Amino acid sequence: MTNPTPRAWWKTGVGLVLTGLMLFPVYWMINVSFTRDQDMRASPPHLIPTNGTLDGYRVVLDQQLPYLGTSFLVGLGTVLLTVALAAPAGFALAKLRPPGGRALSFVLLIAQMIPGIIMAMGFYAIFLNLGVLNTLPGLILADTTLAVPFGVLIFTAFMSGLPDELLQAAVVDGAGRLRTFWSVVLPVSRNSIVTVSLFAFLWSWSDFIFASTLAGGGDHQPITLGIYHYIGNNNQQWNAIMATAVVASIPAAVLLVLAQRYVSMGVTAGAVKD
Amino acid sequence: MVPPTATSTAVPGPGEAATAAPPGSPPSRARRPSRWLAWGFLAPVTLYLATFYAYPLYRNVELSLREYTVRSFVQGGAPFAGLDNYRTVLTDQAFGSTLTHTLIFTAASLAFQFGIGMALALFFHQHFPLSRTLRALILVPWLLPLIVSASTWTWLLNSDSGLVNAALGVLGVDPVNWLTSPGWSITSVIIANIWIGIPFNLVILHSGLQSIPAEVYEASALDGATGWQRFWSITFPLLRPVSAITLLLGLIYTLKVFDIIWIMTKGGPTNSSATLATWSYRLGFGNLLPEFGPGAAVGNLLIVLALIAGLGYIRIERRQQLR
Repeated sequence: MTNPTPRAWWKTGVGLVLTGLMLFPVYWMINVSFTRDQDMRASPPHLIPTNGTLDGYRVVLDQQLPYLGTSFLVGLGTVLLTVALAAPAGFALAKLRPPGGRALSFVLLIAQMIPGIIMAMGFYAIFLNLGVLNTLPGLILADTTLAVPFGVLIFTAFMSGLPDELLQAAVVDGAGRLRTFWSVVLPVSRNSIVTVSLFAFLWSWSDFIFASTLAGGGDHQPITLGIYHYIGNNNQQWNAIMATAVVASIPAAVLLVLAQRYVSMGVTAGAVKD
Repeated sequence: MVPPTATSTAVPGPGEAATAAPPGSPPSRARRPSRWLAWGFLAPVTLYLATFYAYPLYRNVELSLREYTVRSFVQGGAPFAGLDNYRTVLTDQAFGSTLTHTLIFTAASLAFQFGIGMALALFFHQHFPLSRTLRALILVPWLLPLIVSASTWTWLLNSDSGLVNAALGVLGVDPVNWLTSPGWSITSVIIANIWIGIPFNLVILHSGLQSIPAEVYEASALDGATGWQRFWSITFPLLRPVSAITLLLGLIYTLKVFDIIWIMTKGGPTNSSATLATWSYRLGFGNLLPEFGPGAAVGNLLIVLALIAGLGYIRIERRQQLR
């Protein structure tokens, strides 16, 4: 593909239209977030935010910062716990060939097929008895279930690509399993750690079902509930609702930019072994 | 919803790395005792699985077999009720319609997500300037938090001020009560769910297309096959394994969908868009007086459906790995 032909540019045009259609709801969310209250029910609706307002975003700053803070903390906790659980497991499954390893992989595969509502109900019963309902650690524990199976799979795949010689060299130098894992495997697995972390963060950030069942009655509510309360209260300030939605979408946008890069880096890093 | 998953086919993004090497690469220096030591590394995740997957599942089964009240839920001591909760649920007049909605929602979502995803994958498989960038941008609906997508669609489909009705008005069509009339609510949530699922189908099918060797097409071009013939006689058959995986994963996801429906319609009006997932939630958490027993029973019926789909997926994938 050096010199695009006119035909190729024509296809680009069609591609732009298709992408535009797919992304139109996203544009509409942004548009509404800047629309003034008095224009909200205009007929026909304003296609671009002429006389735009930042009122919606002012409301976000006023009311939603605690929710955003909670989501951020829960996201960080979920990332830490996911990596701490999944990275050693990935290492063992990829390099140490434990007896029963295949069975464990199978269980992980099944685990991620369990509908969230079922997990939520079980968690609710357990958390009620443990007294961790409506707490940050409780929500972190629940959200981690969203990412652990995925994390183990990514780490296993990535670490399988690490050359055995690298590990043997460490053993020759007198390093034990734990040391090899900590000071050889983990540092070279940086890309897979970033990838797993980004997705774990995003999924925890987006979680609604655990938030509404396990944190809905407390002081620590994440941003998904912040938006939900707006809609649930029959709030008609749609610019504020959509402004919150725009802010809540930022991690997804960041992920799209960053993860693309890290994923391709991960693939090439795995391919360098010969 | 299009929830987290890991597959060994190409999931958007990280999954591509997953195909790099299968677990259990050649044995290097494994003596028996040291292989057992590997469980030291697996212990945390095993413990976690047992505590936070297996135990909630067990509690859920237990909930469904006992007669719980709010009081006994907190203090324990609920009497054993056998299959009473299941009987209650199965004979509930809402059961038939809820199951039907679940099947319609799943079938319609899958058909359109797959069809549109396939069309877009074929289109973006051609090389043209910006094709990579545009393909990446189309991922956005899949990455957005579901509450964001659901609330955006709620406003787009608003009866009085929604853009969709305004556009219909321009075409001379009367406004539709998308979310507030029992006849349209299920269609509305299906539309939103299709939109969310298209990127996932596009990405997996696109990676499937890329694995078809170019020579196959060159040979058929020499034979003078037209574009349509090429699709039916080459692309479609070669893409069948990937398509099967895509559809089965879609099935597992779509059965689980809860957020979209709950946020847009709460399963209403009058249960007209309720599925097993939203019904289970409504029983357990949606009313002032929770009915945990029946809620858990509905949840367990749902998990049976999901597991059947899941085992189908695993079977197909195993078979493809053997090939």
